[in-house]
Amino acid sequence: MVKLKVKDVTFSYAREPVLEAVSIEVSTAEVLGVLGPNGAGKSTLLKCIDRIITPQTGCILLDDRDITKMSRIELAKKIGYIPQSLSHVFSATVFDTVLMGRRPYISWRTSERDTETVLETLQMLHIEDLAMRDVNELSGGQMQKVFIARALTQEPDLLLLDEPTSNLDIRHQLEVMHTIKSIVRRKGLSAIMAIHDLNLAARYADRIVLMNGGTIFSDGKPASVLTCENIRQVYGVEAEVNYNRGKPYIVPIQAIKAK
Amino acid sequence: MPPSTGEIPGTRTKSEEIRAEYKKFTGRKVLFILFSIVLIAVIAGVAATLGPYPITVTEVYSIIWHGLFKTPETTKELVVWNLRLPRIVMGILAGIGLAIAGTTMQAVVRNPLASPYTLGIASAAGFGAALAIVLGAGFVTGQYLIVANAFVFALLSSFVIYGLSRYKGAEPETMILAGIALMYLFSAMTGILQYFGEETAVAEVVFWMFGSLSKRSSWENLTLVSAILAVCIPLIMLKSWDLNTLSAGDESAKSLGVNVEQTRVVCFMLASLVTACIICFTGTIGFIGLVAPHICRMVIGGDNRYLIPASGLFGAVLLLAADTLARPPISPTILPVGLVTAFMGVPLFLYLILTRKKRYW
Repeated sequence: MVKLKVKDVTFSYAREPVLEAVSIEVSTAEVLGVLGPNGAGKSTLLKCIDRIITPQTGCILLDDRDITKMSRIELAKKIGYIPQSLSHVFSATVFDTVLMGRRPYISWRTSERDTETVLETLQMLHIEDLAMRDVNELSGGQMQKVFIARALTQEPDLLLLDEPTSNLDIRHQLEVMHTIKSIVRRKGLSAIMAIHDLNLAARYADRIVLMNGGTIFSDGKPASVLTCENIRQVYGVEAEVNYNRGKPYIVPIQAIKAK
Repeated sequence: MPPSTGEIPGTRTKSEEIRAEYKKFTGRKVLFILFSIVLIAVIAGVAATLGPYPITVTEVYSIIWHGLFKTPETTKELVVWNLRLPRIVMGILAGIGLAIAGTTMQAVVRNPLASPYTLGIASAAGFGAALAIVLGAGFVTGQYLIVANAFVFALLSSFVIYGLSRYKGAEPETMILAGIALMYLFSAMTGILQYFGEETAVAEVVFWMFGSLSKRSSWENLTLVSAILAVCIPLIMLKSWDLNTLSAGDESAKSLGVNVEQTRVVCFMLASLVTACIICFTGTIGFIGLVAPHICRMVIGGDNRYLIPASGLFGAVLLLAADTLARPPISPTILPVGLVTAFMGVPLFLYLILTRKKRYW
């Protein structure tokens, strides 16, 4: 079942086009990996989907409804977004940070259900022990989980993750990816994640969209997208693609010298 | 997951532990707020005994209590109600207002160094006052000339920032830079007035800028200030949740359903109105708006639902204490309260920074 449909979306900052006629689809219970070099438009695409920025042309349909016709609160109940740089200027406990995910449901007082949802989510992500800690004291991996928890308490249908593993050590990378994947499966959500690591994408994404220069270069199963030829053309990198348990495994060899 | 019922007595599930701990944390916040209220009452009582006419603390409380129901008649009652209380009440209101405006501004521009004056409002008000004092020019005539001028110019600077953020988007960096630019412009214009002004007028301008709680604290003025605070502060508090989300960045806030630009502009204008209505009567009392929010954050954390009322009340404690300390030593000479807040606040602030156990912003 199609959850999200992005049709011919174009976005430019001032005169600089960032996305040009981008179209993608995501199904229910699917993890879509968005790959591409720096500046390919991955983050911009995620921001357009959550209406953090508004594309100049094209339309985005969530459950066949145009997101520009939805209120911000309504959208916040359906889409959870985890930005690339996680920070919190002022101190806040992990509990309160995760509780902010209930903002779309809260007018002023928090209800028992809000507290219950927060506690359940903390438990699900195994970060109960952090509940009363200050978010600013956490490590990168813990912080990432807290922000995932915050997005999950929004009870969304669709998760958008902007490079969720970029600052994490290898153990936390695997932990976070596993968490995302299992939640998507268990709760029947959809997830789109912008990601740099080709191998993590190959392993955890059901489908991959490879972007280059603001357009979709290739779209399909990891094995069909992550080919030597595609990697050479998009990244300018010579790579070897092996297969490990049916998934492509990429070994980068060297950057191809500019012609 | 273990079921929540039928567990071994004496053990608790993780969730219950978190609940209990969170409840304790909330209790601490409430306690701090109550403690601040008690402190205000105590300091106010002591402050009302100070002055040439001797009145004891117990008399003060009884006079205040009875004065709520009948008009003051005896000398003591008149001294307390007409001479001493107005200044004390102005101290409480100004402390509340400036501290809340500071808390709001810090959340709005997402910067712990912001104060009610960050966006140029103080120097604009100062220029308005100087214009009235030096040239006698202003929007109204009579006793309200200086007040009205300070108020109008303070809001004028806010509207310039508002206009800019409508045009360029309400980004913290834009707002802060524009505020700093305005501050320099108004300071330069005040400088010109002082340079060419007469000596007595210049002295008055300088005195205005130090801040004072006694000069314009009539009950009519106090009613006006209370009315504005009574409207603006609840509106700011209604935005607590949205201000909390701003701390994680605009993108996060938007994804949580917050109208970021509107929140920023509305809260900034409310904080400006609060600040303007206070400093037009008191002059620019500094430091409270910067420090009260920080001290409270160290004690009760950054949740604006509690932080806003707490820092308001604690701001009142600080300002009232400063104003009380400003009096006795070289009585009858009264030090400007704006200077004492700094003398008292800076050591306290440094002490807290040096002894804090963890980062709090």
